[in-house]
Amino acid sequence: MIQRNSFKRKTLPALAMAGPVSIWMILFVTLPMLYIIYISFMSRGVFGDVVYTFSLDSYNTLLDSTYFKVIVKSIKAASLTTLLCLLIGYPFAYYIANKPKEVASKLIMLIMIPFWTNSLMRLNSWLLLFQTSGPINKFLLFTGVTDTPLNFVYTNGLVMVGLITSMLPFAVLPMYSSIEKLSKSLLEASADLGASKRTTFFKITLPLTFPGIFSSIILVFIPSLGMYYVTDMLGGGKVLYIGNIIKNQFGAIRNWPLGAALSVLLILITGLLIFIYTRFAKIEDMEVV
Amino acid sequence: MSDFIVSLIDVEKSFGKNRVVKKMNVEIKQGEFLTLLGPSGCGKTTTLRMIAGFEEASSGTIMVQGVSIEDKEPFERDVNTVFQNYALFPHMNVFDNIAYALKIKKKSKDEIARRVNEMLELVQLKGYEKRKPDELSGGQKQRVAIARALINNPKVLLLDEPLGALDLKLRKQMQVELKRLQKKLEITFVYVTHDQEEALTMSDRIAIMNEGVIEQLASPREIYERPQTKFVAGFIGESNIFDGKVIGVQDEILVVETTAGTIKVNGDGFEIGERIHVSIRPEYIELSQEPIEGFDLKGKIQDFIYMGTVIKTSIELKDKKEIKYSRFEKEDYFNEGDSINIGWNPERAVAIKAN
Repeated sequence: MIQRNSFKRKTLPALAMAGPVSIWMILFVTLPMLYIIYISFMSRGVFGDVVYTFSLDSYNTLLDSTYFKVIVKSIKAASLTTLLCLLIGYPFAYYIANKPKEVASKLIMLIMIPFWTNSLMRLNSWLLLFQTSGPINKFLLFTGVTDTPLNFVYTNGLVMVGLITSMLPFAVLPMYSSIEKLSKSLLEASADLGASKRTTFFKITLPLTFPGIFSSIILVFIPSLGMYYVTDMLGGGKVLYIGNIIKNQFGAIRNWPLGAALSVLLILITGLLIFIYTRFAKIEDMEVV
Repeated sequence: MSDFIVSLIDVEKSFGKNRVVKKMNVEIKQGEFLTLLGPSGCGKTTTLRMIAGFEEASSGTIMVQGVSIEDKEPFERDVNTVFQNYALFPHMNVFDNIAYALKIKKKSKDEIARRVNEMLELVQLKGYEKRKPDELSGGQKQRVAIARALINNPKVLLLDEPLGALDLKLRKQMQVELKRLQKKLEITFVYVTHDQEEALTMSDRIAIMNEGVIEQLASPREIYERPQTKFVAGFIGESNIFDGKVIGVQDEILVVETTAGTIKVNGDGFEIGERIHVSIRPEYIELSQEPIEGFDLKGKIQDFIYMGTVIKTSIELKDKKEIKYSRFEKEDYFNEGDSINIGWNPERAVAIKAN
């Protein structure tokens, strides 16, 4: 009797609330992921189909220097994006967090607005800005910085600009919330005990906002590692990252097992980062109210 | 160099149009326990924060040991603060919290360990070095905060409602400990609180603040027994305050006419016709069935409230105003509803100038 009651009271509502999401996740995340892992161990047929015989070919190919280089390059690019996002984002988040609430919410709005425009439009406008006859080159020619138009389009540099601008909001928001949560009296206490602003920053502010920084790292690094449309558009097919290769394996080249193996690699890197994050996230419990 | 360790000279502070502290002048003596007492919003915390250097005075001068500290950053001042919410660094353990100031000064490891140990002993927290702040009780956090602020040997310790978050019993205990600590270390304490009992028990002098102004700065006894303003009389303890007009003066005794009747009070420097407030504590009021000489004040006993050590009574006067009366034991010849004559020893009442 009691058990049935508690089933009615607790289990049913829980199922009603979590059930649809769970089914959705199982159908559209877990099963596809398992399928990806499965075909990563299969082989490629002559016509680009998947032949269901076990093989480690795809994983061997990953170690092949060409692919390995791309993987390393992608990790480097994602790391650089993350680093630059943190370096740009932290001071900005710090600045916003120290503004009065009303001003802060407006400034947050400013980073969110570009986000509401279509990302392809945003990327295209970077192309327009940086192209040979674009306003930036015109300005450089006009001021005499250069005699001939500079080539920005389809370079690693422009891809980086695209990645950073796409990722910056993800870096700013978690750091903002953890800086904002930081109690002013801790900073005052530090100053009171003889610390300069600089010392206070490194001894108090930075360690206590570390959970926010780490969230930002996760939120920027993982998507930029798999990002393909930024490189596609701003790199014009000349700049290849792991995401582009995956896309090509599933698309034009039709080597699904290899694409799947690369995807598995991405999942592993992501999983590792999240594992580290959960370790670090315990720090968050200590955050002062 | 002056005898005063901290002097505030014409200090003012405004936030926008809001003048929080107005023309404040205080001189704090070396080794004294001075309390800034007042209702919330009276400017007491702002005053403390100006001395600490967290707020800049809008005008006026603050001196520590005769030297103006306006241009000094908080970390350059010889004062330390105990914060209301403790403000312990959550990512550091007790040892590191207390050692913070010395580590910043780059003292040697040995010296730091020695000094921190002294401090731990002082606040009776030996054995807690490795604990994180969130593993401590409120009282323990408070001790850490005090130890952390004292390790620099400050000239002045500023305390901003340090016991506000503790429960009553612990608060009483910490009051005694703080006072003992202050006497032992001979450090000047500037203490902010809104708890008058706390102020009365701990302080050498109390500055009663109201709306950014010091209403009275005196010893607890003088504040209690000789309030100088109507605000102080009403704020400290229970008081019955009569508004009236002086109608007679003889040998320092004033005869005052109020809407409830005629009363007497000791007072100096008042003239006939002057507006006056008369304050009398409930415990000094005398009741009698016979007329009381010099008084023409009658009332009706409303109720008796038994409170253990005291009996409280409220008495309604002719003008419908109620006054409070208290005694250690009920005088059994009075009952609820009795009409009664009210009076007091004029020396026990305080005459306050009306402005």
